[in-house]
Amino acid sequence: MTHYLDFEKPLAEIEGKAEELRAMARSNEEMDIEEEAAALDRKADEMLVELYKGLTPWRKCQVARHPERPHCKDYIEALFTEFTPLSGDRNFAEDEAVMGGLARLGGEPVVVIGHEKGHDTQTRLKRNFGMARPEGYRKAIRLMDLAHRFKLPVITLVDTPGAYPGKGAEERGQSEAIARSTEKCLQIGVPLINVIIGEGGSGGAVAFATANRVAMLEHSVYSVISPEGCASILWKDAEKMREAAEALRLTAQDLKMLGVADRIIPEPLGGAHRDRETAIASVGAALSAMLGELQGKSPDDLIKDRRQKYLSVGSKGLAA
Amino acid sequence: MNWITNYVRPRINSIFSRREVPENLWTKCGGCGTMLFHRELSENLNVCTNCGHHMGISPRDRFYSLFDGGIFTEVAVPEPIADPLQFRDQKRYPDRMKAAQKKTGEAEAMLVAEGEIGRTPIVAAAQDFGFMGGSMSMYVGNAVLAGAERAVEMGRPFVLFSAAGGARMQEGILGLMQMPRTTIAVQMLKDAGLPYIVVLTHPTTGGVTASYAMLGDVHIAEPDALIGFAGARVIEQTIREKLPEGFQRAEYLLEHGMLDRVTDRRAMREELITITRMLMGLPPAIKGDLPAPSETEALPAPDKG
Repeated sequence: MTHYLDFEKPLAEIEGKAEELRAMARSNEEMDIEEEAAALDRKADEMLVELYKGLTPWRKCQVARHPERPHCKDYIEALFTEFTPLSGDRNFAEDEAVMGGLARLGGEPVVVIGHEKGHDTQTRLKRNFGMARPEGYRKAIRLMDLAHRFKLPVITLVDTPGAYPGKGAEERGQSEAIARSTEKCLQIGVPLINVIIGEGGSGGAVAFATANRVAMLEHSVYSVISPEGCASILWKDAEKMREAAEALRLTAQDLKMLGVADRIIPEPLGGAHRDRETAIASVGAALSAMLGELQGKSPDDLIKDRRQKYLSVGSKGLAA
Repeated sequence: MNWITNYVRPRINSIFSRREVPENLWTKCGGCGTMLFHRELSENLNVCTNCGHHMGISPRDRFYSLFDGGIFTEVAVPEPIADPLQFRDQKRYPDRMKAAQKKTGEAEAMLVAEGEIGRTPIVAAAQDFGFMGGSMSMYVGNAVLAGAERAVEMGRPFVLFSAAGGARMQEGILGLMQMPRTTIAVQMLKDAGLPYIVVLTHPTTGGVTASYAMLGDVHIAEPDALIGFAGARVIEQTIREKLPEGFQRAEYLLEHGMLDRVTDRRAMREELITITRMLMGLPPAIKGDLPAPSETEALPAPDKG
């Protein structure tokens, strides 16, 4: 059962009709509906092209949050071999909103870290909807240190609504944990590459995404605040999220223009959730390409490259 | 910038701003409700004379009381491009900027200066909560970088007074990108082996806390300052319970190990002198009135006189 977004309603109707016809035909062999169903399929395809041709920023947010969108775990399972999860921050707890560990990409050992949102009620609760607590960031810091010491490239996959706003998280230093994680990203003398695979939610994303190379999936978003949050502060009305999403310039396309994202990874028609395998393979290809770009750079050069990238961010604005 | 704009103008401003008669001569203390006369209040660094409640203070006023003789030189901050996203909510961003500039008399939400405290040369930066909630913009990022670079150039400690609601939404992702940028500024200081002291003032939240405000060698907060990452309302809505008394206040953070000290604003200058001198390996400061520097003494930064 496909999950349709609100703007996909007309599409849901057509695809639903085609499905209904086929179901009827299965129970009644005399009916010949194939032609009609095929016509509906064509119509659905056309509509899909039309809908996804010019997704508004708000619709992109919705696609980026689509429950069936491939998540961190899916990418790790499909693209890496010998994934060996490593747990805990050695201080307080294991935070399952952040996955991390050793793995091989194309046979080469790497450290992979990412936010995992979960795919059903049970796993979503376990993963805290991808909202990390301080322990998640401190685990990431530990893994980045490990990568630095053993000269392994670090790959981060970002998909979080933001850091968890909880009492305990604040008491245990959410801000400090994020600040230190960003600091660690800037300190390690190994290649650090990042892909925003869904939502890049504010500081919680920066803590992993301060990388030598940042790629974004075509319909992913990366923003200083959620459109709903921005709308409720600046418009005093959370329902103005469409306007806020527009104003925030949070799409992959805008971020590429602003020099924050280095590349955009195209998604299959209708979003990554409609053809997960293709989407995952595209991310894999982008990871290899970005690692290739950094090959042979010395630890110092990698650190300098990262500093330079962030020092020059914003020098052009949208005018570029 | 030349010495006229750097040195003379701040001093002239200081003379005039002290003579200016505020429209409202009385301020009601937000802590105890006492009506406080403006002169008394500003002499007490905007701390209530009755209950000790700390009210907001502008970066310029803070620097007048921080630096020896109220003398400091502004450090130039590279101008970023204006309104990079052509942001518009209910108002246009440039209009909000103009209103904030008019209200504060400052160009942006952070002021950077160099000077001496107790004859200890430092570079200081102060964030202005009165300017669009002190929000971290590209300019603020540039200011932190300019301050750190100047401190490294001069081999001085960097003292930063934070106050902000977070990153500036009107600059979108470019506001957020000041988190890594300011972190680089902190790293420059660490690479150079220079002290970086953060004074967290009311309120310091969001992306500012999650970057340069939490990366200091020493963290000092003003009493009762609100310090945190997420807003209390958001947390209450998420966890559906009431937060304890004093949650996210300076004393609460001190208890939870996130701060080194909570210090009254009126004692802050002395404390900063003591700490920076020890970290810089300097002898203890001379207490009491300093002798006026002789005419011939060639100090790079302006001191008394």
